Formats: sequence, C-alpha cells, structure tokens
Amino acid sequence: MTFYDKLEQFGEKKALITEQECLSYAQLQIAVNDLRAQINDRCLVFCLCSNNVESVTGYIAFLQMRVVPVMINPVINRELFASLLHTYEPNYIWAPKGFCPGQARYVYKDYALIKTEYGQKAELHPELALLLTTSGSTGSPKLVRQTYRNINHNAESIAQYLTISGDDRPITTLPMSYTYGLSIINSHLLKGAAIILTNDSLMEKSFWSLLKEKQATTFGGVPYTYEMLKRLRFLRMYLPSLKVLTQAGGRLGKELHLEFAQGCAEKGIRFIVMYGQTEATARMSYVPQEYSISKAGSIGISIPGGKFWLENDNGSVINEPDITGELVYHGNNVTMGYSTCQEDLAKGDELGGILRTGDMARRDEDGFYYIVGRKKRFLKVYGNRVNLDELESLLQKSGFEAACAGEDDHVRIYLDHGEPDEVLKIMTGLTGLNRSAFEISKIESIPRNESGKILYSELGQWK
Amino acid sequence: MTNLEKYNTAFMETFDITEEQLNSDLVYQSVEAWDSVGHMQLIAALEDAFDIMFDTDDIVDFSSYDKGKEFMTKYEVEL
Repeated sequence: MTFYDKLEQFGEKKALITEQECLSYAQLQIAVNDLRAQINDRCLVFCLCSNNVESVTGYIAFLQMRVVPVMINPVINRELFASLLHTYEPNYIWAPKGFCPGQARYVYKDYALIKTEYGQKAELHPELALLLTTSGSTGSPKLVRQTYRNINHNAESIAQYLTISGDDRPITTLPMSYTYGLSIINSHLLKGAAIILTNDSLMEKSFWSLLKEKQATTFGGVPYTYEMLKRLRFLRMYLPSLKVLTQAGGRLGKELHLEFAQGCAEKGIRFIVMYGQTEATARMSYVPQEYSISKAGSIGISIPGGKFWLENDNGSVINEPDITGELVYHGNNVTMGYSTCQEDLAKGDELGGILRTGDMARRDEDGFYYIVGRKKRFLKVYGNRVNLDELESLLQKSGFEAACAGEDDHVRIYLDHGEPDEVLKIMTGLTGLNRSAFEISKIESIPRNESGKILYSELGQWK
Repeated sequence: MTNLEKYNTAFMETFDITEEQLNSDLVYQSVEAWDSVGHMQLIAALEDAFDIMFDTDDIVDFSSYDKGKEFMTKYEVEL
C-alpha cells in the first residue's frame, strides 16, 4: 500500500490547514473521490499547482486513480505553457478557474477540470506516476519520469531520517510543482501530519501570522530562503512552535550553514541540510542533526536506502578520501529518466537505479560528502535550476547572440550587440525570475575558439 | 541627495520603475520586480542608503511605498 492510497486511515486527523479552512484526512478523501469520479481511464493530466487545497486534492486524486499528472507552476510563461501543451497533448487540465479556455467538466472550489481537445491518449508506461519539470523557469519540455515506487520510497526514507510524526505540522514555503516542496507534502501525508498551505512568502507579515496561529513545527528553504531569514533576523524571532528547519535546493555557503546550525541549536530547533535532485525523486542525502555544526558545508551522508560513491574521469570508483570526482547515487528513488516528447512517456527505466548527479564532490574521512563544483553548465537561482545553454538558445531565438555564465543566484549575460535592458526584459519575462538575478554586460565581442565554441574562461576579464 | 531622493532611488533602482510610479498604488507585488526576492533587495538598499537596520516586524510589514515612509521616521529618517 502506498501513502496516497491510505489517507482514510487517519480519519478525523487534520490533513490540510489554510487561513480559512481545515480539512481532515476523511474530508480530503471525500473531495478526492468526487474528482476521481470525473475521469475513467489512465491518461495524462496537466496539474497546475499552488499551495492550496484544490491542488493537493487533484494531486492525490490523480495518484490514486493512476492518472499521470504533469506538475506545473501556474506562474509559468504562457507561451511556454502552450508549447508544453502542444508537446504532450494532455487529456485534461486541472487548473484555477479561467486559467485556460474550455468547458469545465467539474468544479471544486476555485479549480476546474477542463477536458482538452486532444482525443488521443498518450501511451503511458505502467510504472509512470508523475512528471516534473527540471527547470520550471526555462520552460524546457524536458520532464523527469517518476514512478509510484520512487515516490513512496523517497517519502518513506525522508520520513525516517527526519523522524516525521503525525504531530508535525509543516508550513509551505516552496512551490508544490517543485520536487522539494512536493517531497515535504508527500512525507508528511505519509505520517498523517497536518500541512499548513499558503502561497505567501517569508517576506509577508501574513506568512508569519499564519505560522504562529496554526503552530507550524517545520518548514524548508532553498539557500535564498536562508538569505531572507538572515535579513529578517530569524534567529532573534520568537517562534516557540518551530522544531525543525530543512534546507536543500542548492549549496548553502559554509558560513550561512554554520550560522544557522549554531543559531538553531541555541533555539532548540533541529537544522537539517539536505541534497537532492528531481532525477532522484527529491532527496539523496542529509546531514544528521548531531553533525550540523561539525560538518557545516557538507551535504552529509546518503539517505536510508541510498548509496553514494565518487567516480573519476575514467569511470573508476574513488576510494580514498578528499579526492574530487563525480557524485553518483544508487537507490530506489532514482527515476526512470527524462521525457522530451509524448512518445517518451511509454519508455521504461533508463537509469537502472543509478544517477550520475553531474555534481563534483569529495568525501571526507568520516564519509561525509562535499559538493565542490558542477560538471554541467547550470546554475541554481533561488532554488531553480537554470541551464545556461538553454538561456543562450532562448536568447538566440529572440535575436541575441549572448554568452551566459555566472554563479548560483547570479546569472551573468554577456552581449556583443543589442540593448541590455531589452535582454533583461526578455529574461525576466521568460524565466519569471526577479531581475536582480541577472547582470547583463556589453562586451566588444564574445570570445570564441576556432570552431566557434564560446570560451567561458575568458569572460571573467570583462567582469 | 535628500532623504526623500534616497528613499525614491532605492525603489526606482530595485524595481526598475520611473518616478511617476512612486505613488500610493505602489504596493508589494504591484510591479513585476516587487516579489519576495525584490523585497529583500529593497530592504537591503534602504538599510545601506540610510545605515539603519530594520526590525523583523517592519520588514514584513513594509508592504507599500507609502507605508514604508511611515516606517522610516521610526528609524529617525525624516523624509
């Protein structure tokens, strides 16, 4: 039995709490049943999700009836949404009323189930449960194919190492379409905990009022969240209900890691740094609480049921400590691979439980791993993966030759012609990221080698 | 630069908006750049410009251009 199939066992326990309402597990299952009655067969659905009752209801209903949802953030750029639609031709869309044209087949609160004009049903692999985007922001049609087994194994493992119980009460701080946000929902529903749903950000008074009023015990954050918490002097705030903070979605600098590890320890809050990827369902490692200070800057050890190792350029396993190699993970939460078109949805497992993370890491003598770099050209911006080559090709489509580089939370774009302001508008429009994420500079010419490849190492001199 | 000019500059530079947009309609999320990330940038810009440190309650309650003006007086910044 899987967690989403047995919600009823928690009966009258609170499942979902919002500012206005509270649903028990039994009530959630009733709402789920109503939605389930609307779809007969296994098919593909676009599930537009925010942190609200409707989205969770839809998500659970789809999993229960083995309908495959593509989880999409409603703030997605409309052109990119249209292209995703065109690529995957879903049979239904579960979205806020008025989000897209079409007659509502069923309405629940502020959401409507729209039957699309796509008559054909995509062939779906029997194990396929869920599709998630890897970089919500660049709208790439590349989705990660997660299985029912993946979701359950990862939820079980997370609940185990975080010792989640039915008394926990997370408050949402991350989008539900984002693997980390979703993993918090999964692992808590598994244990019969109540989830406080809000779309308000940490920078809003209403978020903190809700956290206090509903007695939240935990929340998660990406590195940028911790920058915000620092700015908010979080460690000086009085929030007695809060017991656990988690962090993932990119590398937290050692300084910030240490500051929160120490500050939280003084406040009696468990601070758990974790590491994961959508390709591994969500989580792959964590730093156990007792090591949060002594191993600050580390991504910790593999989660229960998982295993890490490092490989050098020749693909040989590195056994000695303190040598850098590519981080490789093995576990039941490693997904089946990617899809880039509808036909891919019929494909089976392409990874065989082994994920090459693309991150370069080292392991210390105690077996703790540290990320030191990346093999692939992407950045983490406010927790979102941003593929630099994709940005360059998006800009090219808009008529700009650009070189994209930078570091996490800071994309540097180099232009040899065109207006930086115009490029900034295009970038924020396409990615939905705040403008402060981009620094755009004009340079005389983009340095290239003889075959035309951009020489990124030479861009630094233009900084 | 006067204090009001400094206050205005922080908004205009952080959110890339014009002087005409600095009015009572300018509230959190009313312009694209004023999201949670932009909010933090604004607070940082104001703290730097006036060499002050906002209280947590004021940071999360700093929800509009007008309301922010009221808070500034609390930090002995006369606009």
